[in-house]
Amino acid sequence: MSAPRVLNLTLRRAATPGLTRFTPAGRSVQQRFAATEHISASDASSILVKQRLARPVSPHLSIYRPQITWYASGFNRLAGIAMSGTMYIFGIAYLAAPALGWHLETPSLVAAFGALPLVAKVAAKMTIAFPFFFHSFNGVRHLVWDVGMGFANKTVMRTGWTVVGLSVLGSLYFSVFV
Amino acid sequence: MATTRALTRLAVRRTAVPAVWTRSFASVDTTPREPIAKAGDPSRPTVPESKTSTIKEPTPAKEAKTKTFHIYRWNPDEPSSKPRMQSYTLDLNKTGPMVLDALIRIKNEVDPTLTFRRSCREGICGSCAMNIDGVNTLACLCRIPTDTSKESRIYPLPHTYVVKDLVPDLTHFYKQYRSIKPYLQRNTPPPDGRENRQSIADRKKLDGLYECILCACCSTSCPSYWWNQEEYLGPAVLLQSYRWIADSRDEKKAERQDALNNSMSLYRCHTILNCSRTCPKGLNPALAIAEIKKGMSFT
Repeated sequence: MSAPRVLNLTLRRAATPGLTRFTPAGRSVQQRFAATEHISASDASSILVKQRLARPVSPHLSIYRPQITWYASGFNRLAGIAMSGTMYIFGIAYLAAPALGWHLETPSLVAAFGALPLVAKVAAKMTIAFPFFFHSFNGVRHLVWDVGMGFANKTVMRTGWTVVGLSVLGSLYFSVFV
Repeated sequence: MATTRALTRLAVRRTAVPAVWTRSFASVDTTPREPIAKAGDPSRPTVPESKTSTIKEPTPAKEAKTKTFHIYRWNPDEPSSKPRMQSYTLDLNKTGPMVLDALIRIKNEVDPTLTFRRSCREGICGSCAMNIDGVNTLACLCRIPTDTSKESRIYPLPHTYVVKDLVPDLTHFYKQYRSIKPYLQRNTPPPDGRENRQSIADRKKLDGLYECILCACCSTSCPSYWWNQEEYLGPAVLLQSYRWIADSRDEKKAERQDALNNSMSLYRCHTILNCSRTCPKGLNPALAIAEIKKGMSFT
């Protein structure tokens, strides 16, 4: 310690009797009733390792608040997986149909669909149209993000709900009028 | 001067009242005080009450404003026990405005075994990051919702290992921060031999990046980080990485970008955008990540 600092500290201590002679009381007292024992570094680390094995993982999906950000993202993925999965399954089935004797040609499919009641028709169209529209519109949103635009919180919320609204309108139009 | 100060300190020291009977820090004193206007400095003319607006006490409630808090608890001393949600009720009239005040009051007056991290109580240290009512935020910056009919739920940061109660294990998070070499890297000495200077425009590029306090709110709000935190760096660390990539004084930009150029470190970001939504400091990690991706694809 430098000489001026030592002098400064000494003067201060001398001028502040409470600092050295009296133990501070009132709010500044901390009483610790717990007993402590010394643990060597290796013992401490073995305790830590044992504790780490037992630690639970804090809850995540189930407790995080539903928000347009991650719900839209999750639905985007599910829609993509469902649609591409359907396409692959149908494509393979279509290829295998002649060998297995299935009737998957267009005319027979059209006839089968035409025989359905109206409600079932609309519902079937809706289940295909909504993921399709949602995935397409949200894809545009992702393209805009890749350019580095539209990251403000408000913009993200607004574009998210716009995509939901547009896909509801689009899928309704296609399943009712087309 | 020093003597006067010391004497004053001695005079106001409360030796008479034992600590047990004094009110603890997080509580609000409900006894009526002198109006601030009366306690003015005599040398300055004080504006009389008639000429100032009146700040009224929000209707002094005769009955308590009781709010219920459900808090995640887990004790490492009983390792086989399951984590549980413990409920506490507090009178909001006697509690400070922030969730951290409620936690401190619970710890001081109700249940001293409740464990959480806290330090600065003003949103600059990032210690009290936790999940409050489903959203990651700093307890010290989060007001207690005054609607007493709704109950508040407090969890530790999502998908982290729990050390105890609301204390998450952030060792891996800090290791990831270390891995991006968060310091200025230069081979050439500064031109004037004294400082590495920067233009005002270049300095402006660091605004919105240097303010990050590494509270881990954003990283632990990211579903992608939940599932891939072993390899994906997460929004907070990537924002820090961009802080050094964007720094005009740093000479290792290419190396920094190369280190991120693999399928996991950076590209597990699927622009879910929970990170920007939850940042208690109002920063935009998603934008920083987008800028890193842009910089890497257009060079």
